[in-house]
Amino acid sequence: MVQDRYALAFKLYPYQQSPDQTAETPARHPVVVVGGGPIGLAMALDLGRQGVPVVVLDDHEGIGMGSRAICFAKRTLEIAERYGCSGPMLEKGVIWNVGKVFQDDRQVFEFNLLPEEGHANPAFINLQQPYFEKFIFEQIQAEQAKGAPVEVRGKNRLDSIETHTDCTVLTVTTPDGPYTLEADWVIGCDGASSPLREMMGLEFDGRVFQDSFLIADIRMKSDEFPTERWFWFEPHFKSGASTLLHRQPDDVWRVDFQIGWDADRAEEMKEENIRKRLDAMFGDDVEYDMVWSSIYTFQCRRLEKFRHNRVIFAGDAAHQVSPFGARGANSGMQDVDNLGWKLGMVIKGQAPATLLDSYDDERIYGADENILNSTRSTDFITPKSEISHTFRNAVLKLAERHAFARPLVNSGRLSVPCVYDTSPLNGPDELPGGPAQSRVGSPCKDAPVKDGFLLQSLGDEFVLLSINAEMSDLPEVDGIPLRHVTISTDDDPSGALSERYLGTAASAVYLIRPDQHVAARWPSFDPTKVSAALLKICGKD
Amino acid sequence: MTALILSPNITTPDDFYADLIAAHEGLSDEESDAFNARLILILANHIGDQDVLNEALNTAR
Repeated sequence: MVQDRYALAFKLYPYQQSPDQTAETPARHPVVVVGGGPIGLAMALDLGRQGVPVVVLDDHEGIGMGSRAICFAKRTLEIAERYGCSGPMLEKGVIWNVGKVFQDDRQVFEFNLLPEEGHANPAFINLQQPYFEKFIFEQIQAEQAKGAPVEVRGKNRLDSIETHTDCTVLTVTTPDGPYTLEADWVIGCDGASSPLREMMGLEFDGRVFQDSFLIADIRMKSDEFPTERWFWFEPHFKSGASTLLHRQPDDVWRVDFQIGWDADRAEEMKEENIRKRLDAMFGDDVEYDMVWSSIYTFQCRRLEKFRHNRVIFAGDAAHQVSPFGARGANSGMQDVDNLGWKLGMVIKGQAPATLLDSYDDERIYGADENILNSTRSTDFITPKSEISHTFRNAVLKLAERHAFARPLVNSGRLSVPCVYDTSPLNGPDELPGGPAQSRVGSPCKDAPVKDGFLLQSLGDEFVLLSINAEMSDLPEVDGIPLRHVTISTDDDPSGALSERYLGTAASAVYLIRPDQHVAARWPSFDPTKVSAALLKICGKD
Repeated sequence: MTALILSPNITTPDDFYADLIAAHEGLSDEESDAFNARLILILANHIGDQDVLNEALNTAR
């Protein structure tokens, strides 16, 4: 039997028997993705778009209830745009820029994310996770219709894994009983409590935070609250040691109460008790409906290695952070973005399997950055000693009147994409006067060019971007296609491209990876240097 | 005369704050108070200027 562990928001992939279940010998697949959450589905979409056959195993028949992840960052939207599914996310999502921080009944300060001009995507949108997943799934269906070899198998629960040097053998339980299949590569995207990780006996160590939080999603028709992130430290309404209010689509508001480590979960989850906290916060005359509620505790931890030969972990299965800073789902999407093209090249024989070790280098670096930031936010929000509490409140008090204290206030450092400064794939950074923001290892910043935006013109292949530089033909290097994008500063009326890619240089040539990270840069085109840098990325130097 | 700097002046504020809290780890309340007193005296000596120190005292009140 495959029991449901949770209720579904959208039933999208009902169980169907696969020919694999009655095959005489186990079917062999290039890639099996374990888990059909946002990261598993995005992984399948990325690979499917490259023509790599993927089977997704999920023990449910669709997307779970509950808003869970709600803040999606620009980088995630840029990745989704590359996959073709950012449109519905932007249409449905709520764009926000302003945050306010309160202590007790006083406003400490207000910040504006002040999105830089000249990006196709906003700094953040709020969107309930089920919608995010549904839009990715719908894009998978659109790609399937065009022939992408992706299969999502509902009510297929992985029960055991045997790992060999050259393949893995998976035993899967279905409503029709168990079957066995083989995979060249297995991607573990089965979440923070990853059963796959357990089956492989991998340690997942880190710090447990001794506090719990109550999420209440409520539907409220109110013009009183703007589309802003409001965060209270020690609020006067006393509904939690801290409280967060944030708007989502469909007139739904996320309210997050810090309720302490010793909270009685069963008692706190009773609707009457949740309403008591909400009424104290909003006043008795505000009408609302309860949409979803949950109590969570959290840890900051990661696997020591994400790649275990032919089994590779991504998203929460590989690393877990506290929710402050929206670094969970957003970092999982960066994992997919990083792993997708590398695995695609390995499977197509364009790169040796050692290229996948750079996924470990780059994404462990990213995970550590996220863990550091979210740990610090958590320490500020939930001080763990008397003196830490005293300093925290001193910072808040001073921040009301003095600008110097405001950068010390930490109610979450919002997710920004990782710059792979120390990546072994990095090529030469040889552009004198080139801006630091587009240094080798950084994700390409968007900029308006001609009638569109730069990132849209980069796509998801290796790109040689030339700005004001003379180019000659170099359509491929050792069988790896290299697309040329040539832009002149005449196509840069806003000046954003020059500012972000030229600095004081007159011309530039950028080698850009399929995940739109800068791999190398020079002032002019030299085919020998470009070829060497590209071969290095592909592990063929 | 140098004025007390009240605009952001710490290059990496999150690193500083983490180090500050970490410096108190494992200390009793009394030890923390004593640590803070020493820290204030060290920083005051670094500043030196009496007008700036008076301004700081007033700002903290």
